[in-house]
Amino acid sequence: MSTLHTVNKSAFERNSLESCLSVCKANASVLLIEDAVVSALQNTTISEQISAAANTGVKFFALSEDLRARGLSDRRVMDEVTLVDYAGFVKLTTENDRVQNWL
Amino acid sequence: MPLDVNGTNYETDEEGYLSNLSDWSPEVANALAASDDAELGENHWEVINFLREYYEEYQIAPAVRVLTKAIGKRLGKDKGNSKYLYELFPYGPAKQACKYAGLPKPTGCV
Amino acid sequence: MSDTKTFVYINRKAPYGSIYALESLEVVLIGAAFEQDVKLVFMDDGVFQLTNNQDPESIGMKNFSKTYAALGDYDVNQIYIDQQSLEQRGLSLDDLQALVYEDEDDDWAEKSSIHLVNREELSEIIESADVLLNF
Repeated sequence: MSTLHTVNKSAFERNSLESCLSVCKANASVLLIEDAVVSALQNTTISEQISAAANTGVKFFALSEDLRARGLSDRRVMDEVTLVDYAGFVKLTTENDRVQNWL
Repeated sequence: MPLDVNGTNYETDEEGYLSNLSDWSPEVANALAASDDAELGENHWEVINFLREYYEEYQIAPAVRVLTKAIGKRLGKDKGNSKYLYELFPYGPAKQACKYAGLPKPTGCV
Repeated sequence: MSDTKTFVYINRKAPYGSIYALESLEVVLIGAAFEQDVKLVFMDDGVFQLTNNQDPESIGMKNFSKTYAALGDYDVNQIYIDQQSLEQRGLSLDDLQALVYEDEDDDWAEKSSIHLVNREELSEIIESADVLLNF
């Protein structure tokens, strides 16, 4: 049994990613969408939190359409974060048992 | 109120601006002008084409002050003044020319 | 000129996820008609508004990042980027689009509108405002 967490607000501005990670199980998936994709960039004040959670087994994804919209190329994204498109988003929702949206 | 051009109807807003940017063509521009009892000559087209290029580059229709300055730079001082532009487009250069260019009303234009 | 006021716009949100960035830009363009002294500040996630190569077509939005390049035409040429916000996000000025204006008082020489500032300078910019607008 696994949970997909979606986060749609920037971690630089809101604590939703932090709250999400504080309750994430090791087999959980976290998908960053909308403004939250900025949290997936390398060498930021957020990167360490994501690395730490990834080391415990949490899987991270970011929606490529939202990165492209903001001019953030794939190369800027942390290695721990897998890029998915809208179809991948749908697939993630079907692969998990439930979806928690951190609005 | 739809605009009829050779049997095809194009959707416009209450002030006669095209609802869809992609509907624009020179024929549509002529029809838009005709609905104001205006006729487009070479001097009108210079301004209309400039506006379309400006929109393509910056995604906005320029304010009249910006348009006047830019036309002056592009087409010469004798055309970069409001007298010349108002003679071409008596309803207001930015407003009327944007309409024929198929663009939305300039931002900040009331 | 005594009735010229200094308007400072503070932009702190990433584009597309909310309407703030676009609303701010529209207010700036409309406000430019009043020929006041205008300064734009981009700090916190606001720095993402100016990233290069934005392409929001696939999320169904208009690419209004192209419009920032028109600000020089509107005599909006004092643009301040907060250095700390860039650093916190792993960004540098190279990741942002270049914004320029033509200086009327210097034979229309093309000059950069962008100034990288620290928090102390930012504080001075805020203090210089007659009107502060926050987005």
